[in-house]
Amino acid sequence: MTTTIYRAARILTMNPMCPEATHVAVRDGRILGVGPLADLATWGDYELDERFADKVLMPGLVEGHAHAMEGTLWRHTYCGYFDRIDPDGRVWEGLKSIDAVLDRLARAEAALEDPDAPLPGWQLDPIYFDNRRVTRADLDKVSATRPIGVQHASGHILNVNSRALELAGLLRTGINHPGIPLGEDGLPTGELKGPEAMTPVAMHVGFDRDMLACDARGLRDFAKLCVRAGVTTVTDLAARLNDDAVEMMLRVTGEPDYPACVVPLRFFLGLTAADLIAHAADLKARSTERLRMGRIKVVADGSIQGFSARLRWPGYHNGAPNGLWYIAPQHLSEIYHLALENDLMVHTHTNGDEATDLVLDMMETALRAHPHPDHRFTVQHCQLADTAQFNRMGKLGMCVNLFANHHFYWGDEHYRLTVGPERAERMNACRTALAQNVPMAIHSDAPITPLGPLFTAWCAVNRITASGRVQGQTERISVDEALYAITMGAAYTLKMDHEIGSIETGKRADFAVLETDPTKVAPMALKDVPVWGTVQGGRIFPAGAQ
Amino acid sequence: MTAGLLPATVIGGYLGAGKTTLVNHLLRNAGGLRLAVLVNEFGALPIDADLIEAQDDDIIAIAGGCICCSYGDDLTRALLDMTAMDPPPDHLLIESSGVAIPSMIVGTLGLLPGFRVDGTVIVADAETLCRTAADRYLGDTVLRQLRDADLLILNKIDLPTPRALADTCDWIAEQGLPRPVPARQCALPPEAVLGLVPSTTQPVPDPAPHAAFETLRLTPAAGCDPQALARRLTDPALGVLRAKGFVTDLRGTRHEIHIVGARADVSARATAPADGMVAIGLRGQLDTAGLNDLVTAPAPASAR
Ligand SMILES: [Zn+2]
Repeated sequence: MTTTIYRAARILTMNPMCPEATHVAVRDGRILGVGPLADLATWGDYELDERFADKVLMPGLVEGHAHAMEGTLWRHTYCGYFDRIDPDGRVWEGLKSIDAVLDRLARAEAALEDPDAPLPGWQLDPIYFDNRRVTRADLDKVSATRPIGVQHASGHILNVNSRALELAGLLRTGINHPGIPLGEDGLPTGELKGPEAMTPVAMHVGFDRDMLACDARGLRDFAKLCVRAGVTTVTDLAARLNDDAVEMMLRVTGEPDYPACVVPLRFFLGLTAADLIAHAADLKARSTERLRMGRIKVVADGSIQGFSARLRWPGYHNGAPNGLWYIAPQHLSEIYHLALENDLMVHTHTNGDEATDLVLDMMETALRAHPHPDHRFTVQHCQLADTAQFNRMGKLGMCVNLFANHHFYWGDEHYRLTVGPERAERMNACRTALAQNVPMAIHSDAPITPLGPLFTAWCAVNRITASGRVQGQTERISVDEALYAITMGAAYTLKMDHEIGSIETGKRADFAVLETDPTKVAPMALKDVPVWGTVQGGRIFPAGAQ
Repeated sequence: MTAGLLPATVIGGYLGAGKTTLVNHLLRNAGGLRLAVLVNEFGALPIDADLIEAQDDDIIAIAGGCICCSYGDDLTRALLDMTAMDPPPDHLLIESSGVAIPSMIVGTLGLLPGFRVDGTVIVADAETLCRTAADRYLGDTVLRQLRDADLLILNKIDLPTPRALADTCDWIAEQGLPRPVPARQCALPPEAVLGLVPSTTQPVPDPAPHAAFETLRLTPAAGCDPQALARRLTDPALGVLRAKGFVTDLRGTRHEIHIVGARADVSARATAPADGMVAIGLRGQLDTAGLNDLVTAPAPASAR
């Protein structure tokens, strides 16, 4: 029974009863106490560890909406516009032109030995190239004989070369599909929009895996990214969790040096409500210290930039027809009723405000039938909610996890094209959510945007878009509020706030170890606070060693 | 080269309309056809217990060599698996989820090799259709589904009052939708829903008589224009719900024609049975004289 007391330059606890300190005592992977050394010494023998003497400790950061797939995507060629760090710590420079994208793909192509192996790339975003589209002719320059496919950052578009179309039997005239634009020659241009158009070709270009699945190596890589971002608890928000996947996840997260607690939510598709509930209950019982199962993820509508989100009047700014439902209202209602009855938690994805209305309506009726004192059902993304909706959420005891990063990457696009100025200004309205007393988290939805809660906090604090405009000044929140959202806020939405999210006696010894104090830097520098690494369950993980 | 193509019928409509009832009814009355069924999820669906021979995780084996698979959200993969089945099924039914837009599934089918889209059948609940179509969340989705219908089945006609039923039929007409086929428990002759398969090597058979439907055998004149003929068979005034047959064009090339309501499908066939067509319609609604005139009339000069 050894006790280690860490001295730090400063400890930000997120516990209002003792908001800051200089020392924290750890025993058996848990926090024995936080405070001055003299107080902690009263617990008896200890070892004083000075390695964090010049660091700032925060509670381990909690990412409440990410996907473990981020770990597997790094095996594909990164084609994004922004710099991004891979699991091994290498910074991949953002690519500022289509030529630069083609150049990186050509280099990756040259490194492939098997002449038939596909070349998959990811995170392309032509909106930063004045919307000049990538064509199959562009990608044919990289290789005319090997199938190539590059997925867009939004996840809703795939660009492929001629060989890939040929393998899928689509290099032909006469195709009549809304997701497949044709060139002047009557052949597809190589751009494939929407899952229906993407899937038949995706399997030929190296995306031949269940998009929600993650393998052992991917799960380990995912955790490496967590360490770099200061994250000690991370969600995998839409997992199938079949027996093989659960076995794998139990094994990998159980490895002695696995550095994160993973919270996978069971995806609702392919099961009846009753079977879904039964499976989630069974998974809950199989949870371990580092694999927390038993929560459910439902998707109500599509995405705003894909014009598949369900919007209320007046709908899309460019006149596009309303989006798609991914679940029937009756089915959603049935899941809510059964989950409340069985004390299981449901997180529901909504993007459009009509989808949010549906969730609130279904929730209200379900709660009348099955009152629950503390359900914490959470609305995920919930990007277009207005004041009245946040108010209802608060009354219904729901939580919200807003997509703060989205605002930076696609805010300009929403302003100009999808929803227009006023609604773009109020997207991901953190200030209003807090004002309406809705417990709130903010998220990255990695791999859609990079995993990094300090960056996410920066987004919510500054509301800067990629073009540098402040969009929605009145919805900005303070640095303190943002830091709370990425620790206690996210822990609360997972109903884990009694064991993580703050540095206080009894909680898991999870810390984000920072090089500078995020509350002392200028708010615009919040995203640049360097992360040294993490402590998870008392185990020390330097980012540099990952 | 239709011989190797698997005909696929998309069955859509909102929850509770009777899609599952229809699937079970078709399985039960398949008459020796090997049907494959893809469903979005097992559950309220599935297959009537007495039809099930064996059940695996995502596959149910059904009496008569039919199978049923759940595709979750990966329809494309399930469809590709289907083309690899040996022996191949005779016909594929795809039951879409209650909020799916059937034309999107048809679009997916069109991108994959090995399928012939055999129309979209939408099942609507005669009692609740107007209410659902006015629902704030569902109205536009349900209308999009109905507009995708090649064949619209108005099920549960025994539930509403005659007055309400008439109102519903009026509403359907106002929306410019196909004339609905009324049904109770989706008990329709399979040949009206699925066409007259298999008939790749034999002449079209005479379907079994059915009280609400009638069948007309047509003998098309040789040297017709198959495309024009097919188009004209979709004229709602003729009352054709389903038609199938083989014809010979002016050059002597053989063609197979499929009609599902407003949808016409024509494909050249290297080998085909003797010329002949069968049309199915609601009893009293088939324009016998008009249809006979149509098939025996010589092809217009413009069609060469
Ligand atoms: Zn997500």
